[in-house]
Amino acid sequence: MKKFLTPQALIGLAIVGLILLAAVLAFFWTPHEPLKINFMARLKPPSATYWLGTDEFGRDELSRLMAGASNSVWISFLTVLFSITTGTAIGVLTGFLRGWTDRIIMAFINALLAFPGLLLALALLAVFGANKYGIILALGLAYTPSVTRIVRGTVMSLREKEFIESSRVLGNSELYTMFRHVLPNCVAPLTVLATSMFGWVILAESALSFLGLGVPPPAPTWGNMLAAARPFMAQATYLSIFPGLCIALTLLGINFLGDAVRDLLDPRMRGIE
Amino acid sequence: MTQLVDVCGLSLSIGKGGREIVRNVSFTVAPGEIVGIVGESGSGKTQAARAIMGLTPPLVRSAGRILFEGEDMAAAGDARLRQLRGARIGMVFQEPMTSLNPSMTVGRQLDEGLALHRPELPPAVRREKALAMLTRVGIADPRAALAAWPHEFSGGMRQRMMLASVMLLEPALLIADEPTTALDALVQRDVLELMVGLTREHNTAVLLISHDLPMVARYTRRMIVMQQGEVVEAGDTDALLAGPKQDYTRKLLEAIPRRQAARTIADGQPIIEARKLVVDYPGKRRLFAKSAAKRVLHGIDLVVRPREIVAVVGGSGSGKTTLGRAIAGLIRPTEGDIRFRGHAIARRDVGWLDYRLNCQMVFQDPYSSLNPRMSIGQLVGEGLRLVPGLTSAERQARVAKMLDEVGLQPQHAQRYAHELSGGQRQRVAIARALIRQPAFVIADEPVSALDVTVRAQVLALLAELQERHGFACLFISHDLGVVEQVADRVVVMQAGRIIEQGSRDEVFDHPQHAYTRKLLSAIPALTPTGQGGMQLRWRFDDADATAPLHPHPLPA
Repeated sequence: MKKFLTPQALIGLAIVGLILLAAVLAFFWTPHEPLKINFMARLKPPSATYWLGTDEFGRDELSRLMAGASNSVWISFLTVLFSITTGTAIGVLTGFLRGWTDRIIMAFINALLAFPGLLLALALLAVFGANKYGIILALGLAYTPSVTRIVRGTVMSLREKEFIESSRVLGNSELYTMFRHVLPNCVAPLTVLATSMFGWVILAESALSFLGLGVPPPAPTWGNMLAAARPFMAQATYLSIFPGLCIALTLLGINFLGDAVRDLLDPRMRGIE
Repeated sequence: MTQLVDVCGLSLSIGKGGREIVRNVSFTVAPGEIVGIVGESGSGKTQAARAIMGLTPPLVRSAGRILFEGEDMAAAGDARLRQLRGARIGMVFQEPMTSLNPSMTVGRQLDEGLALHRPELPPAVRREKALAMLTRVGIADPRAALAAWPHEFSGGMRQRMMLASVMLLEPALLIADEPTTALDALVQRDVLELMVGLTREHNTAVLLISHDLPMVARYTRRMIVMQQGEVVEAGDTDALLAGPKQDYTRKLLEAIPRRQAARTIADGQPIIEARKLVVDYPGKRRLFAKSAAKRVLHGIDLVVRPREIVAVVGGSGSGKTTLGRAIAGLIRPTEGDIRFRGHAIARRDVGWLDYRLNCQMVFQDPYSSLNPRMSIGQLVGEGLRLVPGLTSAERQARVAKMLDEVGLQPQHAQRYAHELSGGQRQRVAIARALIRQPAFVIADEPVSALDVTVRAQVLALLAELQERHGFACLFISHDLGVVEQVADRVVVMQAGRIIEQGSRDEVFDHPQHAYTRKLLSAIPALTPTGQGGMQLRWRFDDADATAPLHPHPLPA
């Protein structure tokens, strides 16, 4: 456990903790009403009343960032969870069974990979409708193929290892071997993938907002705040800086935390003095 | 006579004041001489040799003096060292599969050194030299080889090419780091003969780093024994082997496998019986057709009786591993059948469970045969999962007992594979295979990845456990010395066929088939003299035994 709390892990933990705290706090209290429009206070720079300034409708930036945190983090989390779970399930299945199952599923996955992820998400959104859960489903499905490919590659290289054969010789069933010997060894590449995916999803969501297909306004997300700030880049730079900073910090925190979790789950990293 | 290499008081340590990996080592190499450095992994033999050409890892600091052709290598700058590397000091590495760059043609790799160190030569001349050298190292079609890629050649051929590329520059010193460890006996002999012959022609001295004592004994006149960074003993090879003075040298010599008294095996119902076993590997799938399947085993008949240890020997590509895997049930035979205690295992009926529970396997590489994410206790206990009616307390007791039997401590159960040494890992692999007390064990090169002394310990452990539990064993190995020690019966395979089989003494003393004779006479064996030492001797008495033990006149 001592090994787990490296300075990096602590920084990661602190950042992620802070963001989660802000997101939870936003349900009960924000400095101002995040959706309240006040035309008297349009595009005000940071001041004592509005700590991080106001946007073009006079809404308080800090309150919106807090409310946005819960939206953005929640969307990203569910999306990553969705694509990692489905991607891993398909990847392990195809990588381990090989043969025709593998060929058919991989042909389909490769076809999906040929589309740019965002385009695929757009098409799916047209089906699911532009709301929070539609976005999660669309982005989740759009990112599944890349997870599948990575997991399948890991499984393919693992199945050549002697410990897989050793498990067979012991008489273990294929399913048991898959869960006990193959899956745990996929964790390291998956944590790395999941942490970077977190960032892609936040950015993808902002791109969707930019195209008008994200979480519909006035509900704030960091992505759509960033998108909305673009026309005011010259007058109110802070409007793009703060959401950007939030995204960057979150990613940094999650990456640090992800590395620490990967090391924690890997016995090879434990007990090395 | 001035020495070519004069190393005096060399110490290497990691970082400043860090752990010393080489301590106060001194040795000399005369021009044209072959000197062997013998030691186990971690003895510092590789680092000491690399230090001569300034190729130690970046954090390593060195102290002491290295003179090469009278020049102080510590005073030489990077530029000077680069001039010497390749041109005056060449190096051949252990692993021919990775020491050639897969993305460069053989021709370009041969040319690389010449172009760098002999820029005055026109390309046409360099090409001529490369062709001549490839012909010299015995590449069949050198012109085609120049344009070919490394992956098109076998390990032995690649090692010849590696040798060619190094010798092309006619260095004064060749450092050969375990140059033939990855090759099988016959190829090993050919490559070594070539290396010795070639270096003789150019009066190149060789520093032969190896843990293979018979090989060092045959090809060197002087040898250095290293242990944990220090020189234990050095001197004339024959004298040193005949009368070792230090305990460690004696330990090394004792670790050399030697023949045990033959055992009698009672006749009985065979435990495993393979009949006309044929295995094909499917051909590559092309766009519209499949290339022809490759036949790896051509109708093998094999019987193993209870308590018997049958060794399968053969060069690489002989199909011995495939045979083991087919019998272990890991690959399905194309034709023929395998019977375990009289039941065909292809039919998954009553006999199947008995077979699966009672037929186990120990794999070659203890680094990849243990799941890195499971503790030793879990790994060993996993086999008990399928034994019905065991409480968890009983299971733990059996795991503890098994760990004790293979010579591990109870606290090892909580550890993970990466925390153990190679020998300990192989003990875990053995415990894992034996925990259900199987009647039959397949051991595929179980000790070839281990150091000499550890190998002796693991072999002794296997013999002891075999004596106690009485399992039969199919022992697959390319190491004739190990086979001579453990086997009751020997099966010799070549190109997917059994060409000879018989009791160990018959096969080793009176080999019938020409291939067996070649295999046995690839390298003479070290045999005890009776006075605590060892000497080189041919394995069987006949015409070959008059062949010289040292193939080339060694310089005095």
